[in-house]
Amino acid sequence: MTEERYEPVIGLEVHCELRTATKLWCACPNEFGGEPNTHICPICLGLPGTLPVLNRNAVEYAMRIGTALNCEIKPSKFHRKNYFYPDMPKDFQISQYDEPINVQGYLDLPTGIRIGIERAHIEEDTGKSSHLGKSGRIHAAYGALVDYNRAGVPLVEIVSAPDIRSSEQAKDYVSELRAVLVATGATDGRMEEGSLRVDANVSVRKGPDAPFGTRCEIKNVNSLRSLVRAIEYEIKRQIEVLEDGGRIIQQTRHFNEDTLSTVALRSKEEAQDYRYFPEPDLPPISPGEAWINKVKEELPPLPPQRRAKVKEIFGTGDDGQIITLVEQDLDGLFLGVLSHGADGEIAIRRLLNEAASQIEAARKLDVKDFAALIGMEKSGKLSATQCKAVLAEMLESGGSPLQIAASLGFEGMKSNELEEVITQIINDNPDAFERFKAGDEKVTQFFVGQVMKATKGKANGKSVIEFLETKKS
Amino acid sequence: MKLSEQLLSAKEIAVGIKNKTFSATEIVSDTLGRIEKLDGDIHAFLNVTGDQALLRAKEIDEMVSKGEDPGILAGVPIGIKDNICTRKVATTCGSKILNEWKPPYDATVIEKLRSQGAIVVGKTNMDEFAMGSSTEHSAFGPTKNPHNIKCVPGGSSGGSAAAVASGMVPLALGSDTGGSIRQPAAFCGVVGLKPTYGLVSRYGLVAFASSLDQIGPFSRDVDDSVLLANAIMGHDPLDSTSLDIDTPPIKINSDGGVRGLRIGLVSEFLEGISPEISEAIERACKYLDAGGGQVESCSVPSVKQSLSAYYLIAPAEASSNLARFDGVRFGMRVDGKNAEEMMVNTRTAGFGDEVKRRIMLGTYALSAGYYDAYYGSAQKLRTLVIRDFESVYQKFDVLLSPTTPTTAFEIGAKIDDPLTMYLSDVCTIPTNLAGHPAISVPFGYDSKGLPIGLQVLAPALKDDLTLKVASYLESARENAND
Repeated sequence: MTEERYEPVIGLEVHCELRTATKLWCACPNEFGGEPNTHICPICLGLPGTLPVLNRNAVEYAMRIGTALNCEIKPSKFHRKNYFYPDMPKDFQISQYDEPINVQGYLDLPTGIRIGIERAHIEEDTGKSSHLGKSGRIHAAYGALVDYNRAGVPLVEIVSAPDIRSSEQAKDYVSELRAVLVATGATDGRMEEGSLRVDANVSVRKGPDAPFGTRCEIKNVNSLRSLVRAIEYEIKRQIEVLEDGGRIIQQTRHFNEDTLSTVALRSKEEAQDYRYFPEPDLPPISPGEAWINKVKEELPPLPPQRRAKVKEIFGTGDDGQIITLVEQDLDGLFLGVLSHGADGEIAIRRLLNEAASQIEAARKLDVKDFAALIGMEKSGKLSATQCKAVLAEMLESGGSPLQIAASLGFEGMKSNELEEVITQIINDNPDAFERFKAGDEKVTQFFVGQVMKATKGKANGKSVIEFLETKKS
Repeated sequence: MKLSEQLLSAKEIAVGIKNKTFSATEIVSDTLGRIEKLDGDIHAFLNVTGDQALLRAKEIDEMVSKGEDPGILAGVPIGIKDNICTRKVATTCGSKILNEWKPPYDATVIEKLRSQGAIVVGKTNMDEFAMGSSTEHSAFGPTKNPHNIKCVPGGSSGGSAAAVASGMVPLALGSDTGGSIRQPAAFCGVVGLKPTYGLVSRYGLVAFASSLDQIGPFSRDVDDSVLLANAIMGHDPLDSTSLDIDTPPIKINSDGGVRGLRIGLVSEFLEGISPEISEAIERACKYLDAGGGQVESCSVPSVKQSLSAYYLIAPAEASSNLARFDGVRFGMRVDGKNAEEMMVNTRTAGFGDEVKRRIMLGTYALSAGYYDAYYGSAQKLRTLVIRDFESVYQKFDVLLSPTTPTTAFEIGAKIDDPLTMYLSDVCTIPTNLAGHPAISVPFGYDSKGLPIGLQVLAPALKDDLTLKVASYLESARENAND
């Protein structure tokens, strides 16, 4: 009841790692993982005497992101953000402060809502500490190990305007932003590997005309699901505090994945003074008109255009499906399949329901092979179940659907024929089928044997079992 | 003591080695012997790398015997200020906190020196992290002035200046953030050049104040400084502030002397200087005049506020540059209950008082709420200094001033009075703020027998002009000896 009187106000800070070949200031490889402290050199370790040299590709990627987010690309500067932390080799982070490269843009969500982008600036990533101790958190730790492989990896931090009004919208924003970022080629957008990280600034106010409330910043949100949960918890917490007559203290809070709640890390009073000042080791960046235009011209098609294209060519199709198709970067394959005359309805279903679980392999599917597979299902050469089995094999090891179907014993055994045979056998053995339904595994083998006998071994045993299962209910 | 002997210049050594008049091994052995004999009193070196130097000398000799050219500094022994990184050789910055840290890499200047055949014979003493004007702030004890061991050699590159002045080495590298090459050069009676900012790579120079630091040569005569400057100048892709321009070798044509040069005598730099230095300036003006130079008085008003601007900008940058000395990755570590306490304990034990003083100054100058009043204002003043210089260089080719208001002071005289100590850099600081070149050249002695240094300043990239005028002033000494 009370919650309805409050309006949440949310702004998101998204850090995305750029997929440059080398780090931001040195020639070390920019690769996820690797044995700890193997992608390091005197520069990214911040050893005395070393100096940063800006990676040109990182600037280009940042400009791509800015262009994709409708930002103005401006001459910019680097600043030093000073604070002591063991995973920061220099004990300051080189970032952009009052003169970022991208300002004043926006992102249109598929729902039609426009979210403002205040800035998208370049900065360096830190190393990673692991605290040795029960909780894995710094407070209870008895020691720490630091891996500097990530130190100096280029990041772009994208700061939204406080335009987001619900956890669902926050999720939509991050999904769409991620899809846009990946489409630009600037990042791989892998939240699970930390190459996309989200901090949420959350406050509540009494109605859309009230002034903004005091905000809290939620850190350690590692997935879209956590983002929704963290925001919802935080909204609820703030409303409870206000309803109890309390006031919100501006602070940074840590989202705990286990308890699904947020805990205070530090309040504004304890907030660090970062003593920003212009980085004297780096000259300002002023990408000229020509470079900016080149980036604009070379920008690959973005999700909205790609969705529109799918819609236009496909003609029908559910918006949600198309959004996911593009988000998963499967629209190219889908359109290719359509151009080979395959059935779109079946293709999109197989792509989103089956192929999406093995996304990397799915993106590598051969268009012709996939079109042929869909054709086989459409024509009835394969049942839906068989089609899925063939697809699973194609994703696993590749190969042509015809050969796979043959090797699985599907070839020449039309699925409707198989169904007829099995139905006949069930009808002939009602008692056995009752025992099968009760879970008697020995009977399963009996049925398979009967079917094989009837089909002279042409049928696929697995398909028989699957089909029997569907007859259970 | 070989001090009285005729010492060979770097130029003579390189030529002699190439002509096989003597070998690099002989030169290095001789140098090591001299260091052994003299450095007990002077303490110019923190670390003498004799074995490596002899190995290198052998390589140079082999090159010569094979008819290869080892470079313009073939076999020339050189001392390196201990804030310049040398691979596998301890680089201490005159501080305990580095705990004999051995860098895994060579500074760009070291690579350049090596490629020109120079032989590093050791690392020279300095004020901790180059913060100081006397070398008394070294964690390893002060260096003594070879002209009077009761006096300081100046600083922060006091070890390099004293090593050259005492004849231990013909050449040394120093670094100059607010006068740290020129002031000790003046105190020790040697030549010291601070090149234009960006002409010499800073990669591998442990940063004090990044926007002011510049590596430069020490030598006994101007010709040798030209030689060393030519060896170390040039664009370095590892330093983003390094100027990406062609740097043809500097050649001084001393035939014309200073004929036709417009020389400004900066009145602000003459305030409060000692009478004997004032007399030296007068003599220099007459000598320049006699050589056809046009000496006139001029004013650069903002240099008076330079000291204040410098003591905000330099500590601000230093407070950030020195943050990495935290006990985590290298150097000293003093344990604590947690990472934060370990960092605090390490820094408390590892840094000396002067370094702590400047870190605190700088931290304060950058703090929220004070930034505009301190760091912001200082940057504005810096712009003003640059403009003032620009306008005075409309009328003059070079400027002349004393390098220091006094000659070398006694050890201990200013150590407890930081402000007075800071004032010894009043004539040298404005050049760093502007990023211009300036040189200190010896010009006579005071009544106590301590050297007097004169400073020649020029606009950016006119390093050759400072050297040319310095070379002319140097000829006064030869003329007087005749």
